[in-house]
Amino acid sequence: MVLEALAGLVFLPLLAATAVAVLPGRARAVAAWLGVWPLPVLLVPVVAEVARAGEIVVPIAGFDRPLGIVWRVDPLAAAVLVLGSVIAIAVGGYAAAAGFGPATRAGGRFWPLWLLLVAATHALLLSADLFNVFVTLELVTLSAIGLLVLEGKPAALRAAMRYLLLALLGSLAYLLGVALVYAQAGTLDLHQAGELLEPTLLPVTALVLMTVGLLLKSAVFPLHGWLPAAHGNAPGPVSAVLSAMVVKVSLYTLWRLWFWLAADWSLGWAPVLLGGLGAAAILYGSLQALIQERLKIMVAYSTVAQLGYLMLAFPLLSTVGFAAATYHLLSHGLAKAAMFLAAANLLKGVGSDRLEHLSGADRVRPVDVLTLAIAGVSILGLPPSGGFVAKWLLLQAAWAQGGWAWIAVILAGGLLAAAYLFRPLAVLTARPAADPRPGATAPTVAATVLPLLLAFAALAAGFVPAPVLAFLEGGAPPGVRP
Amino acid sequence: MTPATLGSATVWVLAAAAVFGVGLYALILARHLLRQLLAVKVMGSAVFLLLVVAAGPIDGALDGIPMALVLTGIVVAVSAVGFALALLVRLADVTGSISLEDDGGGDDGP
Repeated sequence: MVLEALAGLVFLPLLAATAVAVLPGRARAVAAWLGVWPLPVLLVPVVAEVARAGEIVVPIAGFDRPLGIVWRVDPLAAAVLVLGSVIAIAVGGYAAAAGFGPATRAGGRFWPLWLLLVAATHALLLSADLFNVFVTLELVTLSAIGLLVLEGKPAALRAAMRYLLLALLGSLAYLLGVALVYAQAGTLDLHQAGELLEPTLLPVTALVLMTVGLLLKSAVFPLHGWLPAAHGNAPGPVSAVLSAMVVKVSLYTLWRLWFWLAADWSLGWAPVLLGGLGAAAILYGSLQALIQERLKIMVAYSTVAQLGYLMLAFPLLSTVGFAAATYHLLSHGLAKAAMFLAAANLLKGVGSDRLEHLSGADRVRPVDVLTLAIAGVSILGLPPSGGFVAKWLLLQAAWAQGGWAWIAVILAGGLLAAAYLFRPLAVLTARPAADPRPGATAPTVAATVLPLLLAFAALAAGFVPAPVLAFLEGGAPPGVRP
Repeated sequence: MTPATLGSATVWVLAAAAVFGVGLYALILARHLLRQLLAVKVMGSAVFLLLVVAAGPIDGALDGIPMALVLTGIVVAVSAVGFALALLVRLADVTGSISLEDDGGGDDGP
């Protein structure tokens, strides 16, 4: 039962992607929805089994390590899978309501890539094999960039080309590291390699190469240069999935390498260095968000900043710190998707996302402004919201190890987030209202309500954190401080 | 390890490092997108070379797994480069430029 569910998580969207690519109009819609709707149902037995047994280990087709590929589902993987399926359905639903309906021409190009992205993301989250992760990461990147250029706007094309070149560079650095790991350990399994390798010159070189590659792919400061243009110029639903999932899965892989493969290596100041990059990302990304003139670019810089909190997991690694960072990954995924979708609605409903044109836009698009505000509550970490729980726990983890500098960065990041979020909200509710620009068209009701639901979900994550946190703490990496 | 095998493996590893460096150098310095893409391809070849070196021979036998990895890697690289070429052609059609140098950071747009 669990095995079939796991296989379904990858192969259902993959089969649907193929079907959507070849079927005609109406049948295409059925295939597209069959590719995403059953995902939460499939996750029920998986999450139940992980909660019961702590971990699911599946050697694919019965081939065990070192030859075979092993799927490994622990609480971290299960939690991110749940986020992935929520995004796949909510943002997919939004896309269908915002010009990418599966039966339409534009939808016929969107849905195969969307479903491939979902399948590749799930395969990556499940895999415990370094080379398999490389392949799935490439699939994630290529399908994401394919989605980015669907509308064919010059700004999106340029951003996509830069993203693609840097992503390929990142994958090559990662693959070089994988080659070194295999040459040393004779296995590609992440856990087995972790047991076999000692932190000598070559394994450490491999870890450094893989880390640089993944930092480039997840746009961690100072390698974030490609992100704002890519996320800010993509079609609305694509911006949402890029920020909510695509950059997260390469950071997720980075956690896997450092907390599992290199769990018992003592690497001195390296975790502090990674945390320092995160701190710089929080401050720099927030300041950049503060001075942007376009709403979507501002939201993209906010992603640069919020990714920094995920990097704080390295210096603050403890049971609490790990659960906090994971909780941040989940709540930020929901809130940022909501924010990008609301921004896309404003762009469509007003005809521009430049702040000067958005003055008083709450008259035409009141629900989108509400969505932005509610998602903003979670992003800046006000109670009660998922973002508050995550940041509060990160502060606790920093407090427990006396990390005053980290506490200062977390608090400063919250204040800066308040500043960069209040600025567009003040403009959006200003009087007198600007007239809608030529080319403005009202988004549909479904496209208006779905982002609001996502924002409420990010808020709701602040009300019942205890069971989720207990689940996550049960899957803390080996050997961490309580 | 005999001096002969030590020598040959080291030579190949150094060759791979040199090829990777040449690619990286070109990627950073080239302005034309096609050159940058070729640079990425060259770097990919260096990684595959390293994988083939890792395949042995150990005790006279070749390890098959790195060979399989190189094959898979080539398939991935071909799809990635094919996609990049298509993107490049579209970019040149739409913007009339085949370089990312003069786009002002890419923040233009609606």
